Amino acid sequence: MGSLISIELALAFLGLGFVVGIPLAVGEVYGNKLVKNLVVLPIVEFFRSIPALVLLFLFYFGASSLNLSLSPFIAALLAMGFRSAAYQSQIFRGAIKSIDVGQMQAARSIGMSKFKAIRYIILPQALRISIPGWSNEYACVLKDTSLVYALGITELMRQGRYIVARTFGNAILVYVICALIYFIIVHFGVKLLDFLEEKYKIPGYEIKKVTTRV
Amino acid sequence: MAQTILKVENLHKSYGKTEVIKGVSFEVKKSETKVIIGPSGTGKSTLLRCINQLDYPDKGRVWLEDVEITKPHIDINQIRASIGFVFQSFNLFTHLTALDNVRIGPMRVREMKEEEATKIALEELRRVGLEDKIHHYPAQLSGGQQQRVSIARALAMNPKLILFDEPTSALDPELIGEVLEVMINLAKEEVTMIVVTHEMGFASSVADDIIFMDDGMILEEGPPGKIFKNPKHKRTAKFFSKITQLEGEKAK
Repeated sequence: MGSLISIELALAFLGLGFVVGIPLAVGEVYGNKLVKNLVVLPIVEFFRSIPALVLLFLFYFGASSLNLSLSPFIAALLAMGFRSAAYQSQIFRGAIKSIDVGQMQAARSIGMSKFKAIRYIILPQALRISIPGWSNEYACVLKDTSLVYALGITELMRQGRYIVARTFGNAILVYVICALIYFIIVHFGVKLLDFLEEKYKIPGYEIKKVTTRV
Repeated sequence: MAQTILKVENLHKSYGKTEVIKGVSFEVKKSETKVIIGPSGTGKSTLLRCINQLDYPDKGRVWLEDVEITKPHIDINQIRASIGFVFQSFNLFTHLTALDNVRIGPMRVREMKEEEATKIALEELRRVGLEDKIHHYPAQLSGGQQQRVSIARALAMNPKLILFDEPTSALDPELIGEVLEVMINLAKEEVTMIVVTHEMGFASSVADDIIFMDDGMILEEGPPGKIFKNPKHKRTAKFFSKITQLEGEKAK
């Protein structure tokens, strides 16, 4: 049960992170100074500079002190989702910047608007390049779902605590099992991403096996 | 008199303090092949990029047919869609097959149905002799084949003119021929072209008109016979003698 909730949380955080991270990256690379300095960089800096646990408390208790009542889930989603967006934006930014400027020029030269060029030419290439970095982010976000335990969400870790408390059982045994469950979820997710990387690689661009000894 | 497709008037462009183009004016008539030659770093490529505004000119005006395209607020995307551009480094979209590279313009810019765009793309790929490579990705093609796909990509937009920016400079000597052959055929089919090149053979045999540029200015303009045989300027003569020397050394 708890592991399912953990997976759901991770998917929600990563999903929000993706949806927000892409425009952040595009804004940072292609946006004007105003967009970059007043919108993108403040968000990215804020969410990258503050520890996850502090972010969670800021959103949860901060909202209630402003007389907004956020459910623990929504507070966690905003804190961890935007945090992931900040990190993901840097993965995508790196990927976008690694694409030869000739791609954008060629797209513009056939009459594509900047938006279309980004949508049809730049992002399809950048997302492929992003997969290895993104699989790192996936692993981090999944493991960091254990922190929302602090807001009282019954994810894998809290479930583990309950079991320890209820059965007066062997705490170490329970936590080892928790660790194993995290390991398995991360492992299979990474495998899935490796599969996607292979599936969507651009023919002719795959890294050839080095045959000479270095 | 043939219709004027492109008119450039007193074009200027600087990068920082360096003035790269210092007041260039010329006209291109329908079906004309205009070849621009001259030493490296004299603003030939910049001139082409200022025409379709990949670089925006600092001063001067450009007309495509009777539309002034240097006016502010003009829809430059629509203008660029009718000016083909062939890059020195091909710049094919790496994640798309040859077919998709050619049909993405008609589909995403002209907003044609996939079927119609595919038909056009296949036709243009046949025109450059690559009907058997349509499902290859750029990295699976030779440089010459990539450049031919990029010519097909430009043709698929049914442009009013095509700008070629040193289309063979990045190619092995063996592959230059196949690209030039495609361009020669286009010239025969009366496609309007401006070609920046160092291929003097192509210039002398295919060009209707040659522009010699040096130091950001047009030094001479005229039909190949006149420019190659009787250059007016010392600088032009010197450029040609250097090239003939080079060819001579190759012959030895």
